[in-house]
Amino acid sequence: MIRVRNLTKRYGSFVAVDDISFDVEEGGVVGLLGPNGAGKTTTMRVLTCYHPASSGTASVAGFDVFKDSLEVRRRIGYLPESTPLYPEMRVREYLMFRGKLRGLSRAECVDAIKRVADRCWLGEFINRPIAQLSKGMKQRVGLADALIHDPDVLILDEPTIGLDPKQIRETRNLIKELGAHHTVMLSSHILHEVEQTCNRTIIIADGKIVAMGSPDELLEQVVSQARVVAELKGPEPEIAQGVRTIAGVQDVQTHADNGWVRVSIQPVSDADVREEVFKLTSSKGWPLRELHRAGATLEDFFVKVTTEHARTTEN
Amino acid sequence: MRNVPTMIQREVGAYFLSPIAYIVMAIFLLACGLAFGLGTFVPGGEASLRPMLGQWIVLILVFVLPMLTMRLLSEEFRTGTIETLMTAPITETEIVIGKFLGVLAVYGVLLLAMLIYPVILASYGNVDGALLLCNYIGLILLGALYISVGLFFSACSKHQIIAVLLSFALLALMTFAAQGLAQVVPAGWSRVFLQHISIASHFQDFVRGLIDLNHVVFFLTTTALFLYLTVKRLEVRRWQ
Repeated sequence: MIRVRNLTKRYGSFVAVDDISFDVEEGGVVGLLGPNGAGKTTTMRVLTCYHPASSGTASVAGFDVFKDSLEVRRRIGYLPESTPLYPEMRVREYLMFRGKLRGLSRAECVDAIKRVADRCWLGEFINRPIAQLSKGMKQRVGLADALIHDPDVLILDEPTIGLDPKQIRETRNLIKELGAHHTVMLSSHILHEVEQTCNRTIIIADGKIVAMGSPDELLEQVVSQARVVAELKGPEPEIAQGVRTIAGVQDVQTHADNGWVRVSIQPVSDADVREEVFKLTSSKGWPLRELHRAGATLEDFFVKVTTEHARTTEN
Repeated sequence: MRNVPTMIQREVGAYFLSPIAYIVMAIFLLACGLAFGLGTFVPGGEASLRPMLGQWIVLILVFVLPMLTMRLLSEEFRTGTIETLMTAPITETEIVIGKFLGVLAVYGVLLLAMLIYPVILASYGNVDGALLLCNYIGLILLGALYISVGLFFSACSKHQIIAVLLSFALLALMTFAAQGLAQVVPAGWSRVFLQHISIASHFQDFVRGLIDLNHVVFFLTTTALFLYLTVKRLEVRRWQ
């Protein structure tokens, strides 16, 4: 549905997006995750035809964003980060205006407004002037605007920023539902959000893609590098030595406390040493009361890949 | 051009939903009323808008129309609504034409309100209908040119105050100063150019009741030029 090849966007000498390529299949929710200033908004602005790319190509639903810009724009619903709206208009008037811009007739607009007002819980706010709305309500109006022409692709830039926890949960659920009928791409700097709502994640830092995959695939990469922690009873030096002999163990730290020894094992990548640890302790007759992998969260992975990337670019 | 009516509707709505249209209309009618009361509506005066149009209306419009046009694009840049507008399936040309015709419609309302003066005069003497029609054609052409200049400067800055000041400056120069400057500069292309761009001298014939095709062409082409520049300005902005 979305196809990006070697996309680069420069503002003067500043490179906001640096040679990125990715594909997004039809349906589902894709998260563009990265720290602030990573190039998420720039990528989205190229896809929505707001800015042309400096080099490389991007297409949406088979149409090139530069050559067939109007065709692309007909198929996209876009919610910019700041949710810009015309404050003097009433919500219904605004949605009517936006619907007509997308080529809907007046009658189609009336139906579409009913549909999106329901979808985005606009309720009695539909006749209020936009200037009177809270941040959360404005966000819903922006989302209703993006949905009014029932687009193939929804591009949402930080859709939950500035909302209260209840609204955040509602918006996330709505986005998940929308993923069933539309191809949704959202950006966020909050990992938790992407983990909860997206089927697929693209992590970007400093304008480059540093990791890509479903949350499970990403977690797999994290888990393979996680430490194994065991707590057992026995003589500390013997334990340390025994664990070191297990194949795939890189580094071992031990810490004795109240007769129990806490062992922290760093395995080499892709090695799962838990079974061997259990075999060792049972053969030696050391009682084992804990054995688990630690630090296996996407959060660590996110921080790791983004900081690693920053470090390599500094050097 | 499918989106132009939608844009016009939205722009006209924006003026009347906010206080701008009413404030500008009040300023305009107050100034016109003063010009009418002091210049035209005097014992023994002529029953036409000529004295009022010739000197006063042009001056008033130089200040009033940029106040209407300053928000057109500046406000969209400042609030960021330009992003939702330009990611909708609408071309730059449609945006510019739509906004231009929207303000022209609001200006039309001002011109209609100004019809009160010939109506008052009619009760004191005979108003020449053909002359009045000619005056109004001139006023529409003049207003269209002023609006296109204001729209262009509104596309140049996200600050309305900058847009309005630049519009004042260029319009005042073209309307009042060009003729005077033409007398000062040595004969040659610069004098011809200054004479050509002098709006007041192009407008005078309409006040007198003459429709000269030269002047009509001047107003239409200059308006088209500024609209074209506005479209180009919006296109260039995408790359920045």
